[in-house]
Formats: sequence, C-alpha cells, structure tokens
Amino acid sequence: MSNVRFGESPGGLVAYLSGEIDHHSAQMLRQEIDARLQARMPDTLTLDLGGVSFMDSSGIGLILGRARRMNALEGRLVVQHPPRQIQKMLDLARVSYI
Amino acid sequence: MKPVNQAQVTFLSKSVNESFARGVVAVFLAQADPTLPQLADLKTAVSEAVTNCIVHAYPGTLGQVTMKLALYEEGLVKVTISDKGRGIPDVKQAMEPLFTTGNPEERSGLGFSVMQSFMDNVRVTSRQGRGTRVTLTKRLSPRR
Repeated sequence: MSNVRFGESPGGLVAYLSGEIDHHSAQMLRQEIDARLQARMPDTLTLDLGGVSFMDSSGIGLILGRARRMNALEGRLVVQHPPRQIQKMLDLARVSYI
Repeated sequence: MKPVNQAQVTFLSKSVNESFARGVVAVFLAQADPTLPQLADLKTAVSEAVTNCIVHAYPGTLGQVTMKLALYEEGLVKVTISDKGRGIPDVKQAMEPLFTTGNPEERSGLGFSVMQSFMDNVRVTSRQGRGTRVTLTKRLSPRR
C-alpha cells in the first residue's frame, strides 16, 4: 500500500510519498500526481520519499516519467529525503537526490 | 546440496500479488535472521522478477506464477520465479540495462540490472511460448 499527500513550496508542488512503491501502487500514484500537476502547472515538482518503506524499479519509472513531464512544462523535478535502501536504487538508476 | 528448508507458492499474475510475493519472502526468511538491508535486497529482486511475469509474460491476460524458496546451510538463499507465459526471445538483450519492451514512459528497463546488483547471482532461462524461469541466489553473510 502506498499513499501520496501534497504540500506547497515557493513556486512548487511537493508530493509526499509513503508506503511501498511497486508496479501495482505506482499506477495509482502516477494518476494522482499527474492530475495535480495538470491542475497546478508548478515550476518545480518535489518528490519527497521520506516515508517510503519499499521501492523497486517501478518507482524509478515513476520518477523518470514525472521528470519528463516537468521537462515538457519547462520546469524541474527534485527528489528528496530517500531512506538508505532507496538511495541504493536511485544510485543504480543514476537519479540524483537531496 | 540439500536445502535446510523449502517452500513453494503459486499465484495469479495480478499486480496486487507483487506485495504478496514480497511478504512471503520476508516470512520465509525470518528463520534465517537476515539483516534489514539483506531482506530489503531480496524483497526488491523478487518484486522485479514477479513484476516481469505480470507485465511481460502474461500481457493483457492472467497466468500462474510459481515462486520456490529454498534455504541452505550457511545462509544461502535461492528463490526461483517461473511462469508459463510467452517467453523472452533474446534473454541477453532483455538483461541489458535500460532495455524494455514495456511503455518507455513508465518502465525504467532496470529490472534485471536491479536483480543482478542486489543478488549474488541471477540465472534466466526462457523458451518462447513456454515460459521463463529466473533463479536468484544470495548468501546472507553473518551479522557483524
């Protein structure tokens, strides 16, 4: 099970992801995030992974897909607060994070 | 080599069963007292292999996925995930990083790279129209 709630940052949208991100849950997360992106058109989308307890490469697909969307909007994507095990996955995929 | 313990589970190729398969792995391995990173590595590799069955072996349809778990002496773990789906025409190509036949907008093409990076050994055998078997092996090094 996974969940997303949204917050604001200056000029941006923050998506706080939590729970387990796999191919099953990524589909729902993608829809929720994209609907919010469409409504808000932010300059920056921040994906906060602080509450994520598990993530496989479906999570990488989710991140890269959102990065492409933000590029198309001439905005940028930031990935922040990944727990250690998820850093291993991001490093493998060469996704940078703060 | 004879396993100390083994188990087998067969389930439908529904995406909700990705977390089911990870849960089975965690419960089975509790007896081996893995560290949290070791367990996370195994759960991640299993999640990748099961997702491949759901997305690629049985696209647009449902089929059976079988997961066999075996624990050997000195913490050696072997997980075999097999399907009777459409098979992989070119296993070598399928295992290349970033190669995917899935939707490139949403699939990273990293599944096999993750398995290889998180496991000690990954073996894939496939026959077109007959199915695919992925064998994941990892030794749980003793806690320090």
